[in-house]
Amino acid sequence: MKEFTFTITDPQGIHARPAGLLVKEAKKYAATLTILKGTKKGDLKKIFTVMGLGVKQGETVTVQAQGADEDAAAAAMEAFLKENF
Amino acid sequence: MLVLKGKSVNTGITIGPLALFHRNTISTAERKIEDVAAEIDRFQAAREAAIRQLQALYEKALAKVGEEQAAVFEVHQMMLEDDDYIDSIVGQIEEKQCNAEAAVENTAQQFATMFREMDDAYMQARAADVLDISRRVEQELCGGQGIDFSKYDEVIIAADDLAPSETMQLDTDKILGFITSGGSANSHTAILARTLGIAAIVNTGTQLHQDVDGLLAIVDGTTGTVYINPDAETLARMQQAQKEEKDRRKRLELVRGLPSATKDGKAVEIFANIGNPDNLPQVLANDAEGIGLFRSEFLYLGRTDYPTEEEQFEAYKKTVQALPGKKVVIRTLDIGADKKVDYFNLAEEENPALGMRAIRICLTRPELFKTQLRALCRASAFGKIAVMFPMIISVKEIRRAKELLQEVRQDLDRRRIAYDKDMEIGIMIETPAAAIMSDDLAKEVDFFSIGSNDLTQYTLAIDRQQTQLDSFFDAHHPAVLRLIGQTIANGHQAGIWVGICGELGADLSLTETFLRMGVDELSVSPQSVLPLRDTVRSLDLSK
Repeated sequence: MKEFTFTITDPQGIHARPAGLLVKEAKKYAATLTILKGTKKGDLKKIFTVMGLGVKQGETVTVQAQGADEDAAAAAMEAFLKENF
Repeated sequence: MLVLKGKSVNTGITIGPLALFHRNTISTAERKIEDVAAEIDRFQAAREAAIRQLQALYEKALAKVGEEQAAVFEVHQMMLEDDDYIDSIVGQIEEKQCNAEAAVENTAQQFATMFREMDDAYMQARAADVLDISRRVEQELCGGQGIDFSKYDEVIIAADDLAPSETMQLDTDKILGFITSGGSANSHTAILARTLGIAAIVNTGTQLHQDVDGLLAIVDGTTGTVYINPDAETLARMQQAQKEEKDRRKRLELVRGLPSATKDGKAVEIFANIGNPDNLPQVLANDAEGIGLFRSEFLYLGRTDYPTEEEQFEAYKKTVQALPGKKVVIRTLDIGADKKVDYFNLAEEENPALGMRAIRICLTRPELFKTQLRALCRASAFGKIAVMFPMIISVKEIRRAKELLQEVRQDLDRRRIAYDKDMEIGIMIETPAAAIMSDDLAKEVDFFSIGSNDLTQYTLAIDRQQTQLDSFFDAHHPAVLRLIGQTIANGHQAGIWVGICGELGADLSLTETFLRMGVDELSVSPQSVLPLRDTVRSLDLSK
């Protein structure tokens, strides 16, 4: 399993449109991608789950990738988060 | 006369007949079904049809309002593809052996409740998106009769709330405006209305009924007021206000191309603030006389590593070439405080506004600073660039920054690379220390630009994001105005020009005060340029 943490710097947090882009990106990988915020966690490939976490600026999330392409998936998600959030 | 108050989405006044927005009634009452598999198929077919409609709507929006605003319909498609959403509906059909309409409606309400219970206004507003996509599926299940949008012509639409998809399907050239009893100023609908330039008041809290159809209404976007069936006096007053608003717009067009000077001849330069070369068309469209604040941070934000010298050079060159002969004041890196960038690896601070930010980072990491200075110097060969250092508090910092600039110039000389040897060097006056010491600082630079936002925040010791402090905050606090006056006087004493680039520069109630203080330049958002010029031209300082 691969794992990384990321702190959101976007003032709007993870809102609807970028959440959509994030889910779209996650769906490109076979690995199971899980996003954790505090005690809450959810599937990064599901838009309602991602939006439902209500991640705000300054909050830290952890992303876990598990599966055949977990290295590539974790690297891609980390780069995507840095670029967009 | 019925008067409603709500949140205004657009300024401006519109007057016209009301039309109540009709939706086809959809029955989502729960009933028992026999064939569960067939009911699931029926749901899936409706869901897929809805996704196709949203794709078509996405393409329409893309052409009409651009990618950013169209994206909502892409997100809506994803919502209809969400496994949790689908599983919930299919699960209910299976467990309760109920009809698809009821399963969709129950799920929609559950998901909407989840959003409404979140602690953030933006997310709460997303409940409307869930209901919108679900209604589309329900409509398909009920035979696919859509809403007849074409009947709304030259009217003000009254609705409980409009879904983004409904706003997009209305013919905005024919709609005078809309009022909704629910909805929020954060909704996609409000954002779309703003983009499309339709007068709109949301969240009036009053549900309107059939009997308002055809009644005359006035939507006053300046105050967020709706007058239904107005009395003669109100109608006359609002017609007058509407006329004045139109005249005002016309008058602003007239000052395009005219000098920014008072009746008695005091001239001031009106420049624009921009965050990024994408704003250049607005600068040109609003007839700004130059750029008074180019926030170079955009080059550093939203990426994973430092921008190269080449990337920076290209961005500065592009900007200066778009404004031939006009001055472009570029503020060096102002990262820190509320603008965080991961790859800078800045330590967490208790008090970032008083911490490692702006020039403090640059002087601590000279190589990083020199990369930017090299890019700026090289671009200065292509136009009239001025460089400006932010967050200065002492003479020492200016001297150090100038030393680094000198090293860069010597290096460029050695490599025989062209640059403007007379490029102006200035500083932001945004700390009380800089304003108080402005007599000494003025001897070191070619200009001052007063950053009124930070200057106010640091002088009053009030964080402006902290809304609980609103009652203590005074944007026109005499302490701030006195510091601005002293800074201008000290700058002039040393023979340098002084501008204002913060929000106060666009505050028309202070324009006369600033001109009397002798300010040389005001830099404001592009859309504030013409109103400001109009105000300047209406003043007479000799009186």
